[in-house]
Amino acid sequence: MAPEPTQDPYPEYMRKSMEQVSASRSRRMAEEFPRLTADQKSDILKSFHPDHRAGKMVEIKVGVSKGEKVPEEVEAVLQAYSRLDAKAFDLGRIDFDVDVLVIGGGGAGSAAALMAQEAGATVLLATKLRLGDANTMMAQGGIQAADKDHDSPTRHYLDVMGGGGYHNLPELVRALVLDAPVVMDWLQDLGTMFDKRENGTYVTIHGGGTSRKRMHAARDYSGAEIMRTLRDEVRNRGIQVLEFTSAIELLKDDQGKCAGAVLYNMETEEHFVCRAKTTVVATGGAGRLHVQGFPTTNHYGATADGLVLAYRARAPFIYMDAIQYHPTGSIFPAQIEGLLVTEKVRGLGAQLVNAGGEQFIFPLETRDVVSSAIIRECKPVDEKGRAKGLKTLTGRDGVWLDSPMIELKHGAGTVQKELPAMFRQYKRTNIDMTKDPILIYPTQHYQNGGIRIDADAESGLANLYVAGEASGGVHGRNRLMGNSLLDILVFGRRAGKNAAERARTTKIGALTLGHVEAYHKELRGLGVAPDRLSPMLLPDYRTPGTKERQKGQVPLAGRV
Amino acid sequence: MAKKPTKKSQGSRKARPAARISTRRVAARPAVQADAAIPSANRTKTRSKEKGAMPGKMVMIYIMGKQYQVPEGLTIQQALEYAGLRLLRGCGCRGGFCGACGTVYRKLGDHKLKVALACQTVVEDGMYLTQIPFYPANKATYDIENLSPSLEAVVTNYPETLRCLQCNTCRKVCPQDIEVMQYMAAAMRGDIAKAADLSFDCIMCGLCASKCPGDTVQYHVGELCRRLYGRYVQPKAKHLERRLAQIKAGKFDKEIAELAKLELADLKKLYDSRDIEPEDAEEPAETTAGSSGDVND
Repeated sequence: MAPEPTQDPYPEYMRKSMEQVSASRSRRMAEEFPRLTADQKSDILKSFHPDHRAGKMVEIKVGVSKGEKVPEEVEAVLQAYSRLDAKAFDLGRIDFDVDVLVIGGGGAGSAAALMAQEAGATVLLATKLRLGDANTMMAQGGIQAADKDHDSPTRHYLDVMGGGGYHNLPELVRALVLDAPVVMDWLQDLGTMFDKRENGTYVTIHGGGTSRKRMHAARDYSGAEIMRTLRDEVRNRGIQVLEFTSAIELLKDDQGKCAGAVLYNMETEEHFVCRAKTTVVATGGAGRLHVQGFPTTNHYGATADGLVLAYRARAPFIYMDAIQYHPTGSIFPAQIEGLLVTEKVRGLGAQLVNAGGEQFIFPLETRDVVSSAIIRECKPVDEKGRAKGLKTLTGRDGVWLDSPMIELKHGAGTVQKELPAMFRQYKRTNIDMTKDPILIYPTQHYQNGGIRIDADAESGLANLYVAGEASGGVHGRNRLMGNSLLDILVFGRRAGKNAAERARTTKIGALTLGHVEAYHKELRGLGVAPDRLSPMLLPDYRTPGTKERQKGQVPLAGRV
Repeated sequence: MAKKPTKKSQGSRKARPAARISTRRVAARPAVQADAAIPSANRTKTRSKEKGAMPGKMVMIYIMGKQYQVPEGLTIQQALEYAGLRLLRGCGCRGGFCGACGTVYRKLGDHKLKVALACQTVVEDGMYLTQIPFYPANKATYDIENLSPSLEAVVTNYPETLRCLQCNTCRKVCPQDIEVMQYMAAAMRGDIAKAADLSFDCIMCGLCASKCPGDTVQYHVGELCRRLYGRYVQPKAKHLERRLAQIKAGKFDKEIAELAKLELADLKKLYDSRDIEPEDAEEPAETTAGSSGDVND
């Protein structure tokens, strides 16, 4: 049993603001904040969304998507040299020889591995942390699927397109919405415990931007329930898994096809050559790059490694300049700063209110719009710098998410039943979210774009498949809630199945790291400093003081 | 669980016998204390630098027996990083969902061992910490298709379940406060539904198994029961079955193809005018199911 703090974490000035929030609550219960028009949405995005902040998106100066814009933190890992001495590295020693190599052990990677194995392929799954250490595990809200009679995949399609700003690739959206019920059926057969009524009907609720209640949840452990089930199944089927082993470079063959990867055992620091007829990159997103200094909801390993590898091997990007900020990241108390407060809290009726206890946005607008509205609300409104938001003790901005409305609306006990993880997270800091509202601010949540794929989940590089957050196109420039758990399973399954099928007819030629050498040549031409290496593998949260004291070691021999 | 403060835990740091702790390590720390940055993973470096955020009070912790001074208010995980460690094992989601950071600790002057998730628990003065990022518990492999939701499935795969002594130690060490012994009891009665329900919030950190005198593997038994429940006990969704048949028959192919062909302006118009199911709408009953899902309804 973990210790429980007894002090009231809220300082007095917050308590004062909370009084205003509770004073307006009964009135607000009956109020619905008007939804924004299309023009209003576009205005608020342009003025307040972090993606539009001047100077924060920079052009990539190297590689196949040269000229496209990415956040400067992403550029930093792209404009960097390999961790491998490509010229000297011996590709003659093949350590693993498989049909399908899956890189990444989250939901997409596990789904791909299961489907590839089912299709008869020999599969190796390599993952940097443990199998299941992934954002999938942390997804709380749910998964979208138009499987009810008053809903339809067509309607789901329209919601996705509108939510994505109409930038979505139609063939991918089509695959997403038509596979969604298939995925729910697969999960049902695997024995996941989704919320159902007694007759088997799924309990579904709204998410931001849905026109029908189509969010399926497993309490608020939706992603965890999917991930632990897939992990169990991967183990039951005896699929070979290498944990604490990252891929640090993709391999190609002499005809330019993707042909596996160089794997790196993070504990022993050994390198292994994995020759694979086809490769699936399912390495997830980039939250741990902390774009624009935002906190993140992402897991420890979300450092964009797969993007770096695929990009060096000349797989093009799409929409890498569209980052999703989850509107409701926890911002107080400090020890849970950045953690996700699931959209389901708003789905169940909690409103967003400012320090004065007034609503300022309809709570279920799309995520980009809600995030922008919160950022706007926290901007100073007078010369004294006063804003309608609150400042936390660490100087962070925030607004209230009026969580006590949930039980007023749905009855006592609803929060513990529907949001046990959320309730527990706050209870550990001595906050009872059924009685007191919680402070939130947008947090870096998702990479809307990524490596461009087609409906078969194949990238622009032959025999390289990409699935999940590392891929791009299906969500346009803004993903809707519940479409990520869906995306990883739809395209994870497609990637695995298609990779296995392709493996049957593929002949691998001589292995090469020539693409890395070519990339290095471009970097040297730009004068990129030789100490810039990527992929990052893991973030480094040690203090500057520690790093200072670590100096003085003999440097590693020149790598480039 | 209020603890009586002992002399030792109240005593000032310098009062501790120098022979027992490395005072040199502490002496070397002033530079750390002057560091502006608190290595909060969810806080950024630039921000901490700007702010010079430095909480006043420091606490003394012992990482695998070695003493370090860290600011109060950090989680155990952040404190390990502040102390200078770069985590590889014992760190996953950093949000209380993945079970990678199960931690056993004891407070100075107290004999009682406690557990926590490092990412969810704030450090306290005098904590002796160690992480259990992996536990070599038995995991059965089974084919979910060939099982039935019964006691038999439990004892065939995990015969050690019957060695449960009902000591309730598992309940006491669970960082999620799950009624572990209760769900094990349910599993032993063959009450799969109850076992699935009670074990649902499990993050599979394995601390229960690490303390079990009967060598049972509670968290894997819970997983098995949840899968059996989802697969065999929960009724199948009939509406899902109907939708699958419609998709197979190509019912939506034409509609979607037409949407894909629309000019942007027309698609926008359709989107902006689509009707939205009211928040408090009663869902149509299963029996009255018709097809009213068309966009143009």
